[in-house]
Amino acid sequence: MESLEEIKARGEAAVPGAKITIVPNPGPANQPSLLLDHEHATAIARFLRNDVALRLDHCSNATGVDWLDRKVSKKVKVKKVVEGEEKEIEETHEEFFPGYLEAVYHLYSMTHKHGPVVIRMRTTDRGEAARLPSLTPIFRSAEFQEREIFDLYGIRFDGHPDLRRILMWDEFADFPMRKDYREPDDYEYEPTPHDDVLEKAKEHYSARPQLDGAENLTAQS
Amino acid sequence: MSGQVDEGLRSELQKQGIWVTSTQELYNWGRRNSIWPLQFGLACCAIEMIATAASRYDLARFGGEVFRPSPRQADLMIVAGTVTKKMAPQIVRLYNQMPDPKYVISMGACAISGGPFKQGYNVLKGIDRYIPVDVYIPGCPPRPEALLHAFMELQRKIDGQKLTGESKAPFLDANQPSEFPVPAFGAHDLEPPLNSDVFHPPTIKR
Repeated sequence: MESLEEIKARGEAAVPGAKITIVPNPGPANQPSLLLDHEHATAIARFLRNDVALRLDHCSNATGVDWLDRKVSKKVKVKKVVEGEEKEIEETHEEFFPGYLEAVYHLYSMTHKHGPVVIRMRTTDRGEAARLPSLTPIFRSAEFQEREIFDLYGIRFDGHPDLRRILMWDEFADFPMRKDYREPDDYEYEPTPHDDVLEKAKEHYSARPQLDGAENLTAQS
Repeated sequence: MSGQVDEGLRSELQKQGIWVTSTQELYNWGRRNSIWPLQFGLACCAIEMIATAASRYDLARFGGEVFRPSPRQADLMIVAGTVTKKMAPQIVRLYNQMPDPKYVISMGACAISGGPFKQGYNVLKGIDRYIPVDVYIPGCPPRPEALLHAFMELQRKIDGQKLTGESKAPFLDANQPSEFPVPAFGAHDLEPPLNSDVFHPPTIKR
């Protein structure tokens, strides 16, 4: 199979105006992916499916990722004139990256037995604008998986034929796989709580009774 | 009643070919040897339940082989598997549709307490929050022998039920409920999250 750079170049040539970004993956998997823009995502996906050399006709997996707002502080050395002298001063800059939601699709070719090609789309924010174009018209197998992404991450897919919740009930209001989801507080006594459950348990423990200091003497001896 | 006949006298009479029994004993003997379970399974515990009903373990030896696909004909509900919050109202509704006398076996860790999914957002932390449970079997999943044991425990329980008097069986008492409220789907959780008439959460001790 041709490299991602070649796919990107041919895709941008085939769909005028399309902008494809290669997202590198520095991890051990080293599986870079193609980031599509909303406007041309459907056209690019159709190109990937119909192109004779690629024929990525099978969408094996579609999933969501939640990226919260994050702040990155950087230390920058700046030259400044202080009291008539030029000095190098370290300054801390805080850069703010707004959060977004992401849908990731893994495409394979049944015809040519190659793959996967990973494509992504990103929403502009995590609120009302959490919308993406649906790829269900191109890959039928994405239908239920996009419903699952909608159910658990709250991404609305424009052009999806039947966008409803699939795992949780229709009356459910939250999106449980988002990182800021808090489940209803229904903690009950556990004999051996640990990790997250211990943290939860501590909130529900009543304060220890006031001690008179005698326990310290016992502990020292 | 059986309590009124001396065991020694009964044994003596039996040697002479006279068999003494009571309505209660006869009634319970018939009931316990023909328990028809409701035919439904929820998760992997259901596979063990199927194995129990099949030839190798053979639940028919205890009179429980007639799995009914209709709650109207069932005596026993085996809650076999994970009860998700989305499924819980249907389970309670099925229980309500079963005629009295009816019994519930809570099979496996999930049906007892939510099991490995207890800390999650989508699994009910035990079916005993909404309906009364007669026998609990721990295990993940319990072996067919464990289900047979639970079945025999239930038979023992049925055998001990009184038909009259102060401590008579709850299904003969008009004041005891035989149906329980079906929880509704709420915006964040089931509403109510538990039926406080049936279930009391354990108190926090340190």
